[in-house]
Amino acid sequence: MQLGLEYYLVLSALLFTIGVIGVLIRRNAIIIFMCIELMLNAANLAFVAISRNLGDPDGQLFVFFVMAVAAAEVAIGLAIIVSVFKHRETINVDEVNSLKG
Amino acid sequence: MNPEMILFFIFGAVSLIGAIAVISFRHPIYSALSLIVTFFAQAGLFVLLGAHFVAAVQVIVYAGAIMVLFLFVIMLLNLGTLSAKGALTGKLKGVAIVLGILLAVQGIYIAVNALKNTALQDAEAATETVTTYTIGELLFSKYLLPFEVTSLILLAALIGVIVLVKRENQTEN
Amino acid sequence: MFEQLIIILLISPLVGFLINGLFGKWLKGKEKLSGGIGALAVLVSLICSIIAFVKVQGGTTLPNQDENGIVYEWISGQLLNESFTFNIGFHVDALTTVMLLVITGVGFLIHVYSIGYMHGDAGYTRYFAYLNLFVFAMLILVLGNNYLMMFVGWEGVGLCSYLLIGFWYEKQSATDAGKKAFIVNRIGDFGFLLGMFTLFAAFGSLDFVSIFDNAEAGNFQQVFGASTLVIATLLLFVGAVGKSAQLPLYVWLPDAMEGPTPVSALIHAATMVTAGVYMIARSAVLYNIAKTGVVVAWIGVLTALFAAIIALKQNDIKRILAYSTVSQLGYMFVGVGVGAYASGIFHLVTHAFFKGLMFLTAGSVMHAMANELDIRKMGGLRNKLPITHATFLVGALAIAGAPFLSGFWSKDEILHSAWGAGGSSIAIYIIGLITAFLTAFYMFRLIFVTFYGKSRVEPEVASHLHESPGVMWVPLVILAIPSAIIGLLLGVGGHDSWFHHFTEKVAGFKGEALGSATPFMIISSIVGLAGIAYAWTRYKNRVPSTEPTNTLQKLVANKFYIDEVYNTFIVQPIKNASHFLLWKLFDTGIIDGIVNGIAALIRVIGGTLRRLQTGLVQVYIVSMVIGIVLFLAYYLFFAN
Repeated sequence: MQLGLEYYLVLSALLFTIGVIGVLIRRNAIIIFMCIELMLNAANLAFVAISRNLGDPDGQLFVFFVMAVAAAEVAIGLAIIVSVFKHRETINVDEVNSLKG
Repeated sequence: MNPEMILFFIFGAVSLIGAIAVISFRHPIYSALSLIVTFFAQAGLFVLLGAHFVAAVQVIVYAGAIMVLFLFVIMLLNLGTLSAKGALTGKLKGVAIVLGILLAVQGIYIAVNALKNTALQDAEAATETVTTYTIGELLFSKYLLPFEVTSLILLAALIGVIVLVKRENQTEN
Repeated sequence: MFEQLIIILLISPLVGFLINGLFGKWLKGKEKLSGGIGALAVLVSLICSIIAFVKVQGGTTLPNQDENGIVYEWISGQLLNESFTFNIGFHVDALTTVMLLVITGVGFLIHVYSIGYMHGDAGYTRYFAYLNLFVFAMLILVLGNNYLMMFVGWEGVGLCSYLLIGFWYEKQSATDAGKKAFIVNRIGDFGFLLGMFTLFAAFGSLDFVSIFDNAEAGNFQQVFGASTLVIATLLLFVGAVGKSAQLPLYVWLPDAMEGPTPVSALIHAATMVTAGVYMIARSAVLYNIAKTGVVVAWIGVLTALFAAIIALKQNDIKRILAYSTVSQLGYMFVGVGVGAYASGIFHLVTHAFFKGLMFLTAGSVMHAMANELDIRKMGGLRNKLPITHATFLVGALAIAGAPFLSGFWSKDEILHSAWGAGGSSIAIYIIGLITAFLTAFYMFRLIFVTFYGKSRVEPEVASHLHESPGVMWVPLVILAIPSAIIGLLLGVGGHDSWFHHFTEKVAGFKGEALGSATPFMIISSIVGLAGIAYAWTRYKNRVPSTEPTNTLQKLVANKFYIDEVYNTFIVQPIKNASHFLLWKLFDTGIIDGIVNGIAALIRVIGGTLRRLQTGLVQVYIVSMVIGIVLFLAYYLFFAN
């Protein structure tokens, strides 16, 4: 007997929520970035769990693509963070507000 | 209480604690290390779900490559802890936690209720294990085009990073 | 064949205009070529006009002329369930060919004269382009077979007049005069437009043939009751008053002398200003039915008298001629007003020659005198400018009504017709006779002061006083010949003359036999010669005084203060109204207020909304998450 799908989904939801809260309360751009990775992982978990329950390997393929995109995103994002830091000597998102209206 | 359940609770608890640690530590290096813990626990969950290939990739790509990149940047920038309270974050914190709780409640509600009476509930149809062979076959047949596009995305990211860093050097000069 | 001829006649000046107008840059410095093209274009028209004249005299008409000789369908449409069309088409009859000969004949000579006169001017090619365009517009005016085409030409000549008066646009007075001419003409054109609208409402068409036929048959809509045609003809006459510089809209013509002198000769003496006379003659049928000719005649005769009085005290050679033109135009209106259309057109023809001649000789004087216009600074020019003097004398004798010169015949015919027209026309005759005396007087005052007596020319000007070059004096001589004899050729026999027979085929031109003209001729001659003699006694050796001596003279010398009156009672109130009402209140107050108000409102809204744009990324994310939570809540708990 397998463990029910809802266990995995609840865990996924909790991890996702923690990621959201992290994005909202932390000001360090790198930690915000990590929280985004956390959310992506939560989504991956849901993908794999549902994939197993449907007996369809496509879900795992999606996880594979998510990871590839995440890798690209991290590379670019970190490069941007490095750039911002070089310009402004900070990666505090509160201080990076040149788009203020 | 079957072994899967025990393992699930262990891995689940570790990943949750790791996640909370990510958003709690002041110093980003601790956050990064906590994130690695979470990733490993997730890899364990993937194994439980019979996704062995994904679990391996999770460890290699996420815990390996991506997190190394994070740590590298943190060390490169030599970031210390930021001052505890920003002007805005203090006010936002309460709002953010309330929102987070609401979001969690909604997520759990979906997980428990909304999926009832759907095909997803029928665990009997589930296959035990998806082999690397199956994934490889799908990747180079059904998902060939997305696979190639992914490679393009990675190439674009590569070039993008080079451009970003290069331009930076020029302005410094 | 005839149709093609007319088209060549019409298009030729347009081609000249296009060449000089478009390729003026390349023609710069090649004055002979540029002027030659301009003159050649008109020469082609002149030759075509002569052929057309011969053909019309031989009884040829345009094919389809009676069905409104259509060349091209211009506008067609529906109005109140009635379809209408406006066509480009020609109407060529005796009246048209007479006008064609005047326009192209005088026009050609003036083009030739201009080649010399405009020598060295920076705007040489531009001048010839405008002049060709003018001839083209004038030809449209007289060739059109409907009022709309006439109006197109009417506006076209107005435009060219504006362009040529302001030709030396670096001069403030020239641009002002151009604007004045244009604006005053607009008042008249407005009347012309309203007249056209009235005719269109009444007849559903603007074609001459159909309007005249229907008017004679009484077959039209009584849009203004029984007085429909009265209103239409009076409105058309308003247009003529503006274009032909009659009371009270004559004020632009004296100022129009700011333009080059050949322009004054061609446009402001010979052709454009006579467009009003032509228009009334063309609409003779309507004026006969409406019986509004008496208004035309009275306006004409009063203008004639008024302008002649003003001319008495002017010292500017071109202005004297300008007022003289206004006065002579008044005579033409008397002619067409009393129903003697042929006589009015006859005077138009003779006047075109002798007044064109006098303007050109005035130009020749100016040419010799380094653009001096004040006759008090001339005197004794007879010896230095013999040809100019002789030709001017011919023109002056013609306008003064010296026996057997052209003005004698045409003016006499008009006065004779006025006498015989009945009603108030005897008063018109007497005023006309007084004007004839004044005309002879001021013309010879001009001659005696300019060409006789002691020289008052300033020394530095006197040193290079010279007769004009051949290209200028030859046209003068050529013009002097018809000025002298054309009356004799066309006018002998009065209302039984060749000219009357020629034009009687045109509707409404039948002059009535009024009895013997001989006594009238004798009276006119005596009056004219008396005017000359009186001028001789007064100005033989006397210079006009600079300062007017009494109130009456002052009044006349200042042109009855008409310009000042217009300025005070019309121009200034309009200017003030524009300034305070339109500009200050309406434009800056209401229009700008709305525009600025909208801008200010948007700025306030934007300023408020701007605060949402904190630049803090987390605030944006919070809003996003709030949205997600709300949407999820809606779909999970409320959607079903």
